[in-house]
Parts: sequence; structure tokens; C-alpha cells
Amino acid sequence: MSDVVIRAEKLGKKFIIGHQVEYSAILGEALVRSARGLLRRGADMLRGRAVVAGDEIEEFWALRDVDFEIKRGEVVSIIGHNGAGKTTMLKILSRILEPTLGRVELNGRVASLLEVGTGFHQELTGRENIFLNGAILGMTRQEVLARFDEIVAFSGVEKFIDTPVKRYSVGMYARLAFSVAAHLETEILFVDEVLAVGDAEFQKRCLDRMSAVASAGRTVLFVSHNLAAVAALTRRGIVLKGGRLIFDGPIENAIAQYSASLSKGKAARDWGRGHHSAIISADLLDAQGRPTDTYEPGTPFNLQVEVETANMPGLGLELHLRDANNLPVAFYSSSIFSQTPLPSEGRHVCRLSLQPLFLASGEYSFDISTNSLTIVVDHGVANAIPFQVAASSPGGIAYDFKQSLGHGVLAMQLASPLRIEPASSEPA
Amino acid sequence: MTSSDRPSQRLILEAGRADRQYWGDIWRYRELFFILAWRDVAVRYKQTVIGLAWAFVRPFVTMVVFTVVFGKLARLPTEGDAPYAVLVFAGLLPWTLASSILGDASNSVITNSQLVSKVYFPRIIIPFATVMVGLIDFGVSLLILVGVMAWYGVVPDWHILLLPVFVVLAVLVAIGPALWAAAMIVKYRDFRFIIPFVVQVGLYVSPVGFSTKVVPPEWQLLYSLNPMVGVIDGFRWAILGGDSPLYLPGFAVSMLVAAGMLWLGIHTFRRTERGFADLI
Ligand SMILES: Nc1ncnc2c1ncn2[C@@H]1O[C@H](COP(=O)(O)OP(=O)(O)OP(=O)(O)O)[C@@H](O)[C@H]1O
Ligand SMILES: [Mg+2]
Repeated sequence: MSDVVIRAEKLGKKFIIGHQVEYSAILGEALVRSARGLLRRGADMLRGRAVVAGDEIEEFWALRDVDFEIKRGEVVSIIGHNGAGKTTMLKILSRILEPTLGRVELNGRVASLLEVGTGFHQELTGRENIFLNGAILGMTRQEVLARFDEIVAFSGVEKFIDTPVKRYSVGMYARLAFSVAAHLETEILFVDEVLAVGDAEFQKRCLDRMSAVASAGRTVLFVSHNLAAVAALTRRGIVLKGGRLIFDGPIENAIAQYSASLSKGKAARDWGRGHHSAIISADLLDAQGRPTDTYEPGTPFNLQVEVETANMPGLGLELHLRDANNLPVAFYSSSIFSQTPLPSEGRHVCRLSLQPLFLASGEYSFDISTNSLTIVVDHGVANAIPFQVAASSPGGIAYDFKQSLGHGVLAMQLASPLRIEPASSEPA
Repeated sequence: MTSSDRPSQRLILEAGRADRQYWGDIWRYRELFFILAWRDVAVRYKQTVIGLAWAFVRPFVTMVVFTVVFGKLARLPTEGDAPYAVLVFAGLLPWTLASSILGDASNSVITNSQLVSKVYFPRIIIPFATVMVGLIDFGVSLLILVGVMAWYGVVPDWHILLLPVFVVLAVLVAIGPALWAAAMIVKYRDFRFIIPFVVQVGLYVSPVGFSTKVVPPEWQLLYSLNPMVGVIDGFRWAILGGDSPLYLPGFAVSMLVAAGMLWLGIHTFRRTERGFADLI
């Protein structure tokens, strides 16, 4: 079956936003300004327009001229910077927002998951919230009843199921919320960034569940900033930038497009922190020592990681190199492999130069973590350095050794020239 | 509403497109309606000490105060032989029902903004779901009325059978303006302050603490422009029977006004609800 279930044509969405032109500290001016504002808002109201804060009103296109088609059973990811319009697009497709321009054709029952736990009520118990949330997501009472035990088991909060959710820890709350959502069974599913919650173990569970959903033949649109997850779950990617669709095609190329535009705006990163340490930044460097997102196969890996530690001796730095399917390829640990623990206090930059690897072309990433001696992760950043190998030609000829060929991700290199000699019947 | 009786439907989304499936959608989302109504009821008296007893205390105290102020101090006349307390209570019942619906339903869309901005469903479900809370409190008050009537030895006649009709009318009278206000509040939060004010003033301009007969006959028809006049008179007619004859022209005027407001409410709500998520 390859019929089209979602068709968007020239989709556009306009919002009205307001700006405060200038502030005045003088009371008189402020009064005049607010009187003018009052008049304007009054006039707006008479004309039936919405009230917008600020002195100046701007029309703003959050989405513009977006066209695409999704076929039955396709799993497509939508990637883009913050504010690129991903959520706006999902909201239009799920009928929450009305498009300003263009049209959408939908064939099939839709469910959207823009956040987990929509409508959860603090005062109600876990059990009651499962029914409430299920109904809000569009499940019938029958459907919820039929899956109730599964939902509870998946969430792992059996013991607290009759406790009001306001008594739950943040993690328990997220687990219960995701469990309900994970048991939605509609033909078309929209998922927005819901994997960003919970601890690492829970995120893995969510990912597993997502890949089960994706492989069950349902149509899924998946928004995420987690490129490793995106690459592992989907084949096709749509890249949005400033409300426009700039790429639609194979996921590897979509990610390349996205990360190419990403490295230019890498300034603000917030990876949070662990109990005793925080990885502040991490970059792959080129031969000139500049940050880059492409690696030249067969050259040393130069990495630069900035770490902050607080009152914790003996932390080690660990790296996991992962391929486009998020499978581990290689591992390095500063405390085990080179017995160099991090200083116990302060902010430091670690410069690493690792032996060359002849990687196949495609997408990779480094997960970076700080670990205590007992190999417990203190602060882990998945996908801290996404990078790509643009082309890989182990023989120096035009042949591109690609990750996607299925021969693995490493080209084996000869230690000395290959010798082929005639086999002699008797050694001399 | 299983996937089988919700067939793979084709849906076109476009700006300003009249949604032909709207009323069908409401039917399909009926479970959500019940569950939202249930949620409001379930949450209402959680973590209170006397719980549902609040539904008894409030109307009872109001009745006593009104009886003393209007009946004993101001010495306003009752209707026929009806005890003043019963007269007041028969007015208080529909008034409390209507005013609580107006208050709750008009704020309901913004108090549920989290839902509105994250999932689709026909938005009109939200204000209607709040009606349930008002109806349950109304049921409790009805028990008090029965007690008060027994205390005074008032026995209703066949008119009482029509009480449910007037209950429905009270709901409709309130829900019309409430829908309109709910839609307006999304755009202009000013209405949040207007509604409680309207309710407060309404208590005194509606015949809650006194009988409509107090109003001079030549003003009766004009007075009936307030739709609560028709509803309260209807309640008294049903409860007090022959002691409180219904003034039909006035009642008709009230119902016409109520119907007009209901139409305006639904119309405004339907016209603006597609933009709710943009503004909320
Ligand atoms: N109701 C609204 N009113 C005004 N502007 C809005 C509204 N909703 C979204 N926007 C704007 O539209 C733009 C796109 O927002 P959107 O939420 O779609 O981004 P996104 O791609 O999902 O970003 P993120 O990755 O941060 O989730 C943003 O600039 C946002 O400020
Ligand atoms: Mg978003």
C-alpha cells in the first residue's frame, strides 16, 4: 500500500506578535504611552481583533509554503532549529491550529502527542488520570480498559496507582504520562519532542517503544532534536528552517543539511549537569584547530571538551563513538585507558588527540560523559558531538565506502603493502 | 468510537472552511465530555473538610438571610399563602444554578488552556462539561427545598412534574451568555472581571429575594426582558402551584430573549473557536 495519507499544499501560518518599542522611566511619558495603548486596544477590539501586548504589531509567518506528502506506513522525522515551526506544523496537522494559507488533506484517524500528560490533574489519582488522559488523547473508555494493565505495568508505578499524582516524583509522573501515550493506537501518529523527558533509562524505554510503533506499519511524524534517535527511527527527514521546508529526503542527507546549518549557530548549548560535574561544551576540531562537523577519515581525532567539576576527585572522561543507527563503534575512557582523572575542582579544557580511524562515510556522534571510578555516569550528554564523514575512499579512488552499504563502519587498512605471490609447490 | 465505527475518514483542513463534521465530532467526543464533567465534579470537594456539605451550607444560609432581610425586615409580600422561605428558596435554586454555570462555563476555556493548545476536540465540549457541577449542587439544594417544604407543610401539586423543564431552561438561559463570554475571554481577558460583576448585580435585579408581583403590572413585560425572571417565575409556578400563577406574556418574552442569547452564544463560539489555540 502506498496511498497518500497526508498531503499538505502551500501550507502557511501567520501569527501576530507585538514589540515594546521603548521603555520610559518617566511617569508622564509612561502614562501617555499607556493611554495611546489603551486607545489602540480599544480600536482593535471594536474591529474584532485580538489584543496584542506591545506598541508595535508585527505579522510573523511561523510556517510558509510548506508542501509534502506522506504515504501510508511511512515514518518521517521533522528536524529544525528552535522556532523553526515544527510544533506549529504538527498543530496544524492535528487541527489545533487553523492554517492561514494552503490546505491539508488527511486520510485516517489521527492522534497527536505534543506533550505527555496533557490534562493530567494534580488532585486525581494515577488510575483516574489514566482514564482522563486517555480520553483527552482520543481513546475510548473501552480501549483504555483493555490496555489498563499494560499501561500500569509499562509505567512501573503500580504501587502508587491510587495515590494523587501530585504526590508523585517528577520521574514517576513522566513515566505514567508516557505510558498512556505509548498505548495510543491510531493509524496516524504525531509525536513532538516527548522523548526529552525522564532519566536515561526511561528515555531508552521511550525510544524502544517508538521504534516498535514505527515498525508496526503505522504512519508516524516524529519531531526531535535527538539526531541519533531520528536516524535510528526514521528513513525520511523533513528539514524546516525559519518556517520553510528546506529539505525533504533520505534521513542521512536531512541530518547533514540540518547539522550544516546547526554548526553556524552553535553558541547556546545547555546540557544541564550531573551531581559533581558538568560537561559545558565539546567540539571536534579540524587540522587547524577550528570547530568542525566533518571528519576526514584516517586523520587523528582532535576533540576539545570543557568540563567543570565540584569537589569530586577521580572523575574520568568517557567517549562513545556511535554510528547513524546509534550503535556503539568505539570507546575511550580517560581513567581506564590512560589513568588521567579529571582535577577534582574547577573548570578545565581537555584536549584529546585520538588515533585515526578509517570511518565509512555517513553520520556519527560522540556521546560524552563524566564517570566516577565505579563507572557510574555522573553527567552524560548523548549526541554531544554530532559529525559526519562526507566521503570515504580507503583506496584513494572514487569508490565511496558508505556506512549504509552494510559492510560495517570501519575500513581495514593494511599495515604493510599487500603482497600477492605465486604459490610454490615446495618451499625452497 | 472504536476504530471500526470511526472509519478512515477523509478530512480537509483549510482556512475559514466550514466544518461539516462538527456536530458529528461532538457526538464522537461524547466520552470526553463525560470525563471532563466527571473530572470537575471529582476535583471540586477534594481536600475540603466537610466536602459535599458545602453544597448544603451555602444555599441554606443564603435562604435564611434573604428571608430575614426581604420577608421580615422589608416586609415584602409573598405569593398566595406560600411561606416566604419557600418563595425565596424556589427563586434561589434556579438563580444559583444559572449563576454558577455562567461563572464556571465562561472561564472554562481559559482554565483548560492546556488542553486547548495541545489536543483537538470540539471546544464547545468544555463549557458544556462545567454544567454538571452546577447540576449536582442543584440536586443537593433540591433536597434542602424538600426539607423546607416539609417543615412548612407545603405540598406541591401536579405542576411540580414540569420542574425538569424549567431546570433545562435555567441551564439554557445561562449557557448562552456563558458561551459568548467564554469566546470573548479568550481574546479579551477584561470579561473575566465583567462576569462576576454581572452575576452580583443580577442577584438583585432578578426576583430572587422577592416575588415578581412586587414589580408594578405596567413594568412586568419590560422586567421580563431579564430572562431569569421567566425562569424563576417558572420555578415558583412549578413548586408553589396555584399560589403563583404564571404571567404568560412575560414568560414568552423571557424565553425569546434566552433563545436569542443562546443563538448568539453558539454562533460566536463557533465562529471564534478555530482561533482559540492562536490566542490562548
Ligand atoms: N500562538 C502563537 N502566537 C505567536 N507566535 C507563535 C505562537 N505559536 C508559535 N509561535 C511562534 O512560531 C514560531 C515557531 O514555533 P514552533 O513552536 O513551531 O517552533 P518549533 O520548531 O517547534 O521549535 P522548538 O524546537 O523550540 O520546539 C516561534 O517563533 C514561535 O514563537
Ligand atoms: Mg516545538
